Amino acid sequence: MAATDDIRPTSSGLFASTSAKRRANMGQFIRWMILMLLGIAMVMPIVYMISTSLKWPHEIYDVSLIPKEPHLENYTFVLEDGRFYGWFMNSLIIAVITTVSNVIFDSLVGYTLCKFRFPGRYIVFIAILSTLMIPTEMLVIPWYLMSQSFGWLDTHWGIMFPGLMTAFGTFLMKQFFETVPDDFIEAARIDGLNELQIWWTVAMPLVRPALAALAIFVFLGNWTAFIWPLIVTNSWDMYTLPVGLSTFADEADVAWELVMTGAAISTIPTLVVFLIFQRFIIRGVVMAGLKG
Amino acid sequence: MYRNLSIRQKQIVWAWAFLAIPVVFYVVIRFYPTGNAMVISFQNWNLLGDRTFAGWENYRKLWHDEVFWQVFRNTFVYLILGTPISLVISFLLAYHLDKTRFMHGFLRMLYFLPFMTSAVAMAWVWRWFYQPVPIGLFNNFLAEFGIPQIAFLRSTTNALPAILAPAIWAGLGFQIIIFMAGLRAIPQSYYEAARIDGVSNFTQLFEITIPLLKPTIVFLVVFSSIGFLRIFDQVFNMTTGDPGGPLNTTKPLVLMIYQTAFTDFDMGYASAQTVVLFLILLLVSLFQLYLLRDR
Repeated sequence: MAATDDIRPTSSGLFASTSAKRRANMGQFIRWMILMLLGIAMVMPIVYMISTSLKWPHEIYDVSLIPKEPHLENYTFVLEDGRFYGWFMNSLIIAVITTVSNVIFDSLVGYTLCKFRFPGRYIVFIAILSTLMIPTEMLVIPWYLMSQSFGWLDTHWGIMFPGLMTAFGTFLMKQFFETVPDDFIEAARIDGLNELQIWWTVAMPLVRPALAALAIFVFLGNWTAFIWPLIVTNSWDMYTLPVGLSTFADEADVAWELVMTGAAISTIPTLVVFLIFQRFIIRGVVMAGLKG
Repeated sequence: MYRNLSIRQKQIVWAWAFLAIPVVFYVVIRFYPTGNAMVISFQNWNLLGDRTFAGWENYRKLWHDEVFWQVFRNTFVYLILGTPISLVISFLLAYHLDKTRFMHGFLRMLYFLPFMTSAVAMAWVWRWFYQPVPIGLFNNFLAEFGIPQIAFLRSTTNALPAILAPAIWAGLGFQIIIFMAGLRAIPQSYYEAARIDGVSNFTQLFEITIPLLKPTIVFLVVFSSIGFLRIFDQVFNMTTGDPGGPLNTTKPLVLMIYQTAFTDFDMGYASAQTVVLFLILLLVSLFQLYLLRDR
């Protein structure tokens, strides 16, 4: 994206007289100011969340953005409680395992559907495609009954099993494996690699940006997932962050500075990851959005 | 034995070896539950007692359930307000952002940041904003300017838009990024030709930009429509204590499903509701295919 930033002609370049040019520049400046103000307004809920988490209880009645005496007491209080730490770890475990599983299986299936010719290929393709039409909400009741009969209720496995593979990820990967030339795969075959090695050592490195996009989407999706973890867990030590936060906030709804602290704890990790890998993530979102 | 197979046969063996686990997964975790949900929707079952065949009873009950029609209406209000508002805002922002070079990356970051937040966390932040004085931020601001208080979440008319606002806000970043990618894909030569012919910016927007963005617009309309039809996290978290808001005025279909299944344990009735949701979403997806048919 950066490369195209500077080569575009701006409309002001076509104006002949300098006063018209100045007017155009003025327009550009006003546009920029409005966009900046609206952009700051966009992040205000996040900023207020963090600022309130640094305030003392009596200060939350104060609309000022900057806490008078910023402190981390709320964080120590919430984290000493121990529950948030457990929820954080549950969310992390589930998001990491589902991400790894999706990266492996979605790409394996996408690769197979893209590069192999075998009987049943079309049926498998259509069958997986059709699952995109099925909403999660329709499946939660059967999943719940299934979990109940297999003893998966209130376990990590119970929370994560529905999301181990996704049709969305499979099609995203299939699209990207189309860009891997068949000659590369043929060459690897002649070199004596088996099909598993070809997939892992030849094809996978060539679609790394797509894998990153998939990983971001799956991680964020599972980190923020709410309805299924809410249904499948019933003891607080198995809650994920969103479920835990929801219960915690409902109990503590007078102590808004503590609610904001909990909200900040569940939001800051993804924000930090975003700020570090910003360009990468935006490119991934565009790829996943347009190709998926 | 494997050595004696032809290259083609080896390929078939590898393909099915790769697909074995995923095929089991899709059958057990996706197809079986889909069928199961449809079967349960024709049964009477409260999770503890016997499952008895009920025929169309659950669907008939749904048809005569006033709460369901209220919920049905709410769900479509989320859609009908949410999709156009979020698309118009995100298009306008993307259109102007695309023409702004100075600090472009920083501006884009500001607009995208809310997309990376968790809906549950932000629902609680907005819920705090909406509280009455002296707690809620919005009402405190109104009080400072001497403007009368607004009952956001406790009003039958304001509660739904108040819940919709954070849902729109969180989705804008994604829509802006997709719109900007669409705008970048339009060849500059079209605009140059138009400018040489003296076509105004306004006409360029309606004659070049919007028609060429059609696939992007259709994708975003469907994507956000499905999102608003399935709204749950924000509603659940902003109305705990009184789920579904005053007189059910904010209750969407997914919350009704959740309550029927996991508060009332009426699995048959809840399944019938999920089948209705499925049919609605199916219609939206078919509509997308219809709109994109000429591609």
